[in-house]
Amino acid sequence: MPASSITLELTPSVRYVLRLADTCLIHAQRLGEWCGHGPVLEEDIAITNLALDLIGQSRALLTHAGHLEAAGRHPAFDEDQIAFLRDERQFFNLTLTEQPSRRDSAHSPGGDFADVVVRNLLLSTWFKLTWRALATSTDAELAAIAGKALKESLYHQQHAADWVVRLGDGTAESHARTQAALDRAWAFVAEMFADDDVDANAEQCGLGPSRANLREPWLAEVQAVLTDATLRMPDWPVYVSTGSQGMHSEHMGFILAELQSLQRGFPGGRW
Amino acid sequence: MSHDNLSATPPATAAEWPLWEVFVRPKAGLDHKHCGSLHAADASMAVQLAREVYTRRQEGTSIWVVRSSDITASDPGDKGMLFDPMEDKVYRHPTFYALPAAVDHM
Repeated sequence: MPASSITLELTPSVRYVLRLADTCLIHAQRLGEWCGHGPVLEEDIAITNLALDLIGQSRALLTHAGHLEAAGRHPAFDEDQIAFLRDERQFFNLTLTEQPSRRDSAHSPGGDFADVVVRNLLLSTWFKLTWRALATSTDAELAAIAGKALKESLYHQQHAADWVVRLGDGTAESHARTQAALDRAWAFVAEMFADDDVDANAEQCGLGPSRANLREPWLAEVQAVLTDATLRMPDWPVYVSTGSQGMHSEHMGFILAELQSLQRGFPGGRW
Repeated sequence: MSHDNLSATPPATAAEWPLWEVFVRPKAGLDHKHCGSLHAADASMAVQLAREVYTRRQEGTSIWVVRSSDITASDPGDKGMLFDPMEDKVYRHPTFYALPAAVDHM
């Protein structure tokens, strides 16, 4: 019998941690789709390594979210239950992470690598600033997770920035495709800095930074890379996507179908 | 680098990226050891990819890369000429000296 869904009681603090955990998880899931499809063998391994770093971060955060959610009232849900048995509306990842990252084109059957490196740049810069601010969190567990993740995101950012510069400042073809990838991803960046009650609570109780505070340093770092890459930063989007509110784009259901099908079909299955 | 001058640098536009030899130092104090090769467009990419491919399991603390084409190697066909004459020069091994007990651990 398929496993039924779990429903978490979502305090602002639980939501705050789940936003980070789910953003890591869904970003990793999309990166994982590149396994076996990288432009060269070495880069294929590199993308998979990035995904594994993110899954590691997500695991720690999901486990922590489970403890925060249970708060001693009931046995905590574990990382697998939270990842595989929640329904779409209880996921709070940034909408950018769920966008398809492998686009077909005549030049690149099976995907456009520019989409991956651009997205990695935007997200790893955001993560780096987030982890750095979380180092002083009043939640010791969250601060410890952030301390470990910071080193990883520093590398992710460098890896992504190198590629964005290489492709942006490469040939006319690679420049055009990287600019197009940036324009596609940029439609979702406003959400990364959209404050709400979850952020206000986190800031007030010292759990972590409000997302709005990350915007200026993020813009400065991204602009520096784009300048090197001879790419144009698009205008700030008016549209604010809502994945971190639990309302997702049309792609999310397909991701969860793939991510969850095994545990739904074989509840508690291990191998 | 402008968008147009890439054709002036053949390696970057060649169908295949050049080959690099990778050397990894397992820990401080030890030598860098040859551990394999990989393809990369330039030196910094080679270091980054070497990190991904050869240090995933904490194998290293430092990486060197060098273009494979920059290595001059002895000719395998000269193996007999170069190395066989050493076969009967056992006196080049310091096994005929009686060491004083004080330097026993030499």
